[in-house]
Amino acid sequence: MNQTVVALAGNPNVGKSTLFNALTGLRQHTGNWPGKTVDRAQGSFSYREKSFLLVDLPGTYSLMAHSAEEEIARDFICFGRPDVILAVLDGTALERSLNLALQIMEVASSVVVCVNLMDEAAKKGVSIDISALAAELGVPVIPAAARSKHGLEEIKKALYATGVLGHTAKPKQIRYAAEIEELIRRILPRLADLKSEPYFNQRWLALRLLDSPPAFIAKIGHYIHLQNTPTSSLRKADNAHEYSWE
Amino acid sequence: MIRLYVDLADERSACASWISDRVVGDIFSNAQTTARQVLQQSSAPEDSWQNKLDRLVTSRRFGYPFMFLLLIGIFWLTISGSNVPSTLLAQGLFALEDWLRGCFLALGSPAWLHGLLISGVYHTLAWVVSVMLPPMAIFFPLFTYLEDLGYLPRVAFNLDHLFQKANACGKQCLTMCMGFGCNAAGVVSTRIIHSPRERLIAILTNNFVPCNGRFPTLIAIATIFTTGGAYLAYQQAAVAAAIAGVIFIGLGFTFLISWGLAKTVLQGESSSLVLELPPYRRPQFWPVLYRSLIDRTLFVLRRAVFIAAPAGAIIWLLSNCYWGDANLITHAAAFLDPFARFFGLDGFILMAFILGLPANEIVIPILLMSYLSSASLQDIQSLAQLRGVLLANGWTWLTAVNVLLFSLLHWPCSTTLLSIYKETGSLKWTLLAFALPSATAFSMCLLVTQVARLLGL
Repeated sequence: MNQTVVALAGNPNVGKSTLFNALTGLRQHTGNWPGKTVDRAQGSFSYREKSFLLVDLPGTYSLMAHSAEEEIARDFICFGRPDVILAVLDGTALERSLNLALQIMEVASSVVVCVNLMDEAAKKGVSIDISALAAELGVPVIPAAARSKHGLEEIKKALYATGVLGHTAKPKQIRYAAEIEELIRRILPRLADLKSEPYFNQRWLALRLLDSPPAFIAKIGHYIHLQNTPTSSLRKADNAHEYSWE
Repeated sequence: MIRLYVDLADERSACASWISDRVVGDIFSNAQTTARQVLQQSSAPEDSWQNKLDRLVTSRRFGYPFMFLLLIGIFWLTISGSNVPSTLLAQGLFALEDWLRGCFLALGSPAWLHGLLISGVYHTLAWVVSVMLPPMAIFFPLFTYLEDLGYLPRVAFNLDHLFQKANACGKQCLTMCMGFGCNAAGVVSTRIIHSPRERLIAILTNNFVPCNGRFPTLIAIATIFTTGGAYLAYQQAAVAAAIAGVIFIGLGFTFLISWGLAKTVLQGESSSLVLELPPYRRPQFWPVLYRSLIDRTLFVLRRAVFIAAPAGAIIWLLSNCYWGDANLITHAAAFLDPFARFFGLDGFILMAFILGLPANEIVIPILLMSYLSSASLQDIQSLAQLRGVLLANGWTWLTAVNVLLFSLLHWPCSTTLLSIYKETGSLKWTLLAFALPSATAFSMCLLVTQVARLLGL
């Protein structure tokens, strides 16, 4: 029996761990300050006789990691190859949490978005047009209030549709300034040989080869089994990269 | 095998100066556009009670007093609440010990067998359980409620400028909170600190926060030497204040050592940090209670029991193997004694701390067993009796103060050292993490002892 791996990602304090507990049972401690989910916590649940493995990632504001903890989240999203990424947004701080969701949708296409804390947003007088958001993002969007267990069934259903039934989505891609789009267009043909690797979004790869520090480029090579020869050229010149692709 | 050659030298150098900022800027503006399309503010948000509360608990005037009172309050609840269950547990477990010994005798077991199993293993276990369980079962849920409520980030906010002054990171405070539970967990939690320099400072000083393994020791010693083991309401408050005082001494050393490290081996500027003050949320009563009891209390207790059982056997063997006219414990203690006396401790105390390296929980049981092995063996069911044993072995208030200080400041337990080695990947830093607190503990005890003796106290 193969499990569907679901990565749970989101900003700190959006109720990720509460959602994790609500979905998997009482196995994980939630405190709302950084550091409490330092390592990945895992739990499982089943839906329609399918088993799901839920991986609770440390909270992060962006995939441009700054601390060891944020790196854990980034690396799992970029290289961990989960079957689905459940991006948890904060209904009271939608814009800030969309920053992360858009970056996640740039990496992977199997994304389900959950707008949590809908109850608190309502208390603050904020209303969110969920169907408009789903249309705009191009992925399933589920409103939820994990503390009062609202939306759990719908989340499971969406995870099932994406992760098990394989419903495909076409996530919205971030539009960059003209100069950046031009650079991406120039680089993409050179990545054509990677087409056999479906997990990696070529646009994302092109961008990261452009803007990442050498350490992260080396990591890309490591995770997708690219061999970077010679390694020293990265440190020396930080430009010409030769990869051999198995 | 496909070989892919990507030469992006021109592109990278063409955009190197602006690409990162532009990419981040574009992500933000995309998010903003999307958010504006779906958001509607139906009513103006008012100045909530949360904001008012935040202004109070993080204010210059009330922030610190509120924090101190809260901490003392928690200790008071822990101490007063654990008194009765501790005594009951001890009475029950030691009554069971007599019964078990009776069973062994009735079955005709040899003296060494029931000595090893009952007087050694069981006796130590009973001590660890009755002394540790009640305070932990009260302290952990209370602390977890504070966490879930969202108060801890406010503490970090309050303390941030002090850490800035010590050239360390404000997030260090959160790793210290973790250290109250377990220093090994505290060390692992330093991963939230971005700068490697500040992270090392946080790792090296985490030990100055007393973990739950040391709490029962601190509580027991502080109680018997503050109140003589009696329990009146104001005396409990005095004990709570004494414990809070010990914590603040630890806090003081954290700042002092952090500052010293930042001035010497780990020089550098303090990095800025963005600390979000999450909204206050009503803690979920039952889940928090369940999790703090199962995940923390029982987990820690199980670890202590696993270490205490073999330790109990070893101590019993040491105290019942004679070489010449005294048992091995007495020999070892006599060997350490002159050195320990110089620092205001005694040989038995120092040996208990050394043997307690695997877990701080077993320091007091080891100490008692070794004291009692050279005197008449008796059951200790109350703190008043414990006080009697300690006084009979020459303890004064000065010894008690030194033991409190030594327990607070001495070397980390082996689990923590292992975590430090794993996190830093360096034997050098691990050794420093051992040497630095040890040197601090010995010098503090020496200072206190010499000053007290000089003043003729």
